[in-house]
Amino acid sequence: MTGLFELLGLGASAELLSLSGWGGNLLRGLANSLQIAFGAFGLGLVIGLFGAYGKLYGGKVTRDLLAIYTTVIRAVPELVLILILYYVGSDIINKISEGLGGGRVEINGVAAGIWVLGVVQGAYATEVLRGAIKAVPAGQIEAAKSYGMPAFMIMRRVTIPAMMSFAVPGLANLWLIATKDTALLAVVGFNELTLETRQAASSTRAYFTFFLAAGFLYLMVTLCSGAVFARIEKWARRGQPSLRGGTR
Amino acid sequence: MKLKALLAAATAAAALTAGAAAAEQVKIGIAAEPYPPFASLDSSGNWVGWEVEVIGAVCAAAELDCVITPVAWDGIIPSLTGQQIDAIMASMSITEERMKTIDFSDPYYNTPAVIVADKSMDIDATPESLAGKIVGIQASTIHQAYAQEYFKDAELKVYQTQDEANQDLFAGRIDATQADSIAMADFVGSDTGSCCEIKGAVADDPAILGRGVGAGVRKGDDALREALNKGIAAILADGTHEKITAKYFTTSIY
Amino acid sequence: MGAARPAFAEGGHKMTGLKDLMQPHRIVMMLVFAALVIWCAFALRWDWIPKYAPLALEGLWATIWILAVSTVLGFLLAVPLGLAQAVGPWYLSIPARTFCTIIRGTPLLLQIWLLYYGLGSLFPQFPWIRSSELWPYLRQAWPYAVLALTLSYAGYEGEVMRGAFSGVAKGQLEAAKSFGMPRFTMFRRIWLPQAVRNVLPTLGGETILQLKATPLVATITVMEIYAVSSRVRADTFIVYEPLLLLALVYMAIAGVIAFAFRRFEKG
Repeated sequence: MTGLFELLGLGASAELLSLSGWGGNLLRGLANSLQIAFGAFGLGLVIGLFGAYGKLYGGKVTRDLLAIYTTVIRAVPELVLILILYYVGSDIINKISEGLGGGRVEINGVAAGIWVLGVVQGAYATEVLRGAIKAVPAGQIEAAKSYGMPAFMIMRRVTIPAMMSFAVPGLANLWLIATKDTALLAVVGFNELTLETRQAASSTRAYFTFFLAAGFLYLMVTLCSGAVFARIEKWARRGQPSLRGGTR
Repeated sequence: MKLKALLAAATAAAALTAGAAAAEQVKIGIAAEPYPPFASLDSSGNWVGWEVEVIGAVCAAAELDCVITPVAWDGIIPSLTGQQIDAIMASMSITEERMKTIDFSDPYYNTPAVIVADKSMDIDATPESLAGKIVGIQASTIHQAYAQEYFKDAELKVYQTQDEANQDLFAGRIDATQADSIAMADFVGSDTGSCCEIKGAVADDPAILGRGVGAGVRKGDDALREALNKGIAAILADGTHEKITAKYFTTSIY
Repeated sequence: MGAARPAFAEGGHKMTGLKDLMQPHRIVMMLVFAALVIWCAFALRWDWIPKYAPLALEGLWATIWILAVSTVLGFLLAVPLGLAQAVGPWYLSIPARTFCTIIRGTPLLLQIWLLYYGLGSLFPQFPWIRSSELWPYLRQAWPYAVLALTLSYAGYEGEVMRGAFSGVAKGQLEAAKSFGMPRFTMFRRIWLPQAVRNVLPTLGGETILQLKATPLVATITVMEIYAVSSRVRADTFIVYEPLLLLALVYMAIAGVIAFAFRRFEKG
């Protein structure tokens, strides 16, 4: 067993992975990845909420435009979208700023990453939330309307709380996709976990050690998020009849 | 809607943009992938190497407030034209092809391109001897352009970083690689590179291989180009360039 | 935790008839779109296309080939993975579940790099590998690409198959058993076909997701369509045009896949 460890170059792993060694770099990369994933997930939720409302209650043109948005995003590889949005995004912002007479805008890597992945997440979130809103019994919303609640209040007090339990599983998936898609930003040179790993691996030649360590970190994020989302789902379902025993 | 925005931006990219004033921060783009001994990361996350020190010295001499910004090598020119960075100082050779898109400062170093292969391989740096061999090259480099032009009978494998090409040379997946002589001298001196040796420099073609490495700036950004030229001239004149070189190399690379 | 990929199939749009397309606002949108296309054709640079067309076709072929092989092999691997998780004894179900969790819990890019560069870093330590008959394959990039994509597809689809196998009504299996059907025949004639029918609606979406994963193998030197567009960008410094065209190509392939699976489902 130790022989195998030596062979894989894992012998000196403990030293390489120590916090004063490359381990600190990996953790910094993880922090960046999580920051981008949080931001992108949040932005995706906002886009998704508007998108879902637009698809359900919007006019014909809004609905068609949203259909184009979700179809295009879901058919084109994230890697290609990231490249397009990354180069285009900063161009647009600078053009607008120059048009308004302002100077050049500083776009830091994290903000660019959030924008790029957020737009991608938004398309999936639109579909998840649309499904969830549709699953809310129409009677509940009609009841709120008949009490004279304004539209925004209905959304805040009735629709969103009621759809939560339907949306949580889909949103949990989206969150996992967000954490893993941050890896793609390595290709445009963001210092997130995967790029930090590649840098560490090629500097030390300990490819196995670092790729396995990074895989372990991603896996931990996935498993911890799974536990958190299970609790959220339980909370979102409070007061509802148990669905256990159903087919899914 | 998105498509429209995209196209508007495409035209925006084609349009030339105004230069940055010398007072504000200048973002110097380097390749995010390590390129020792010119630029690589140490274990505490700092960029070190010959080129990193030269960037510091040039900026100090030109009185520019520089920040080093790592960008993927593959997209470094779009990042410059897209204004994510203001200048490229990433061992980028001054070539005709690139001059169509960006401007360059005066060169600050110059090294020949060499072929590296396994010691046991009977290879030299000619197209004939590389025919039928697998040659690894880094994407978007003068070496890729050169190999595509001259090594038509070889199978070319394109890597995102030279480091990956070196790794595959070590693993035996490629027969040879073409790259910068200094970076390769560093590689063959390392543990991993002990398999291999420099087989010789390729025949020069200034049109493709360019005339040395310069700092890339956006077209029309003359203020920054002049400032960088001034800085480069200053460190060449006062011996700073030589001093930094002596720390890393045994011979002059200007 | 459900499958950590979005279901593509849900929310898919019904086939729009000609009548639907002829609504006034759609006609306006199509005109705007046509204007955009015409503007693109004239205002952007497309002069590089003839030079790179042969390379692009090769790249397209590589993409489709890798997609087809990895999907078929991945699905074949997913069946035992799903079965082991659904009804297998613990010594089969635990490894199967662990495999699926690991594949679904880590980024594919990392898996690809681990396989290609990680394994590659071992070769020099075993000199005999280079003289073995497998070496001509081991030194190329595509076997690693196919392996990584196959394992990934198997990981995601294995999870789906688990649900599909559990979803087959117990009564049917009991009925088959009471007829004295041997276990393998029962599996072949009743269980598997029903499970496959259960997952068919999701398969099209999963295949499109697999298509979207293929450009990642360009990072290990496989010359597929994404790598060709990168090469155009590197050679000519034209940024947007190759990416736009690339996006269109992927949309076209995705469209063909969606259409084919819809046909397949009906027929």
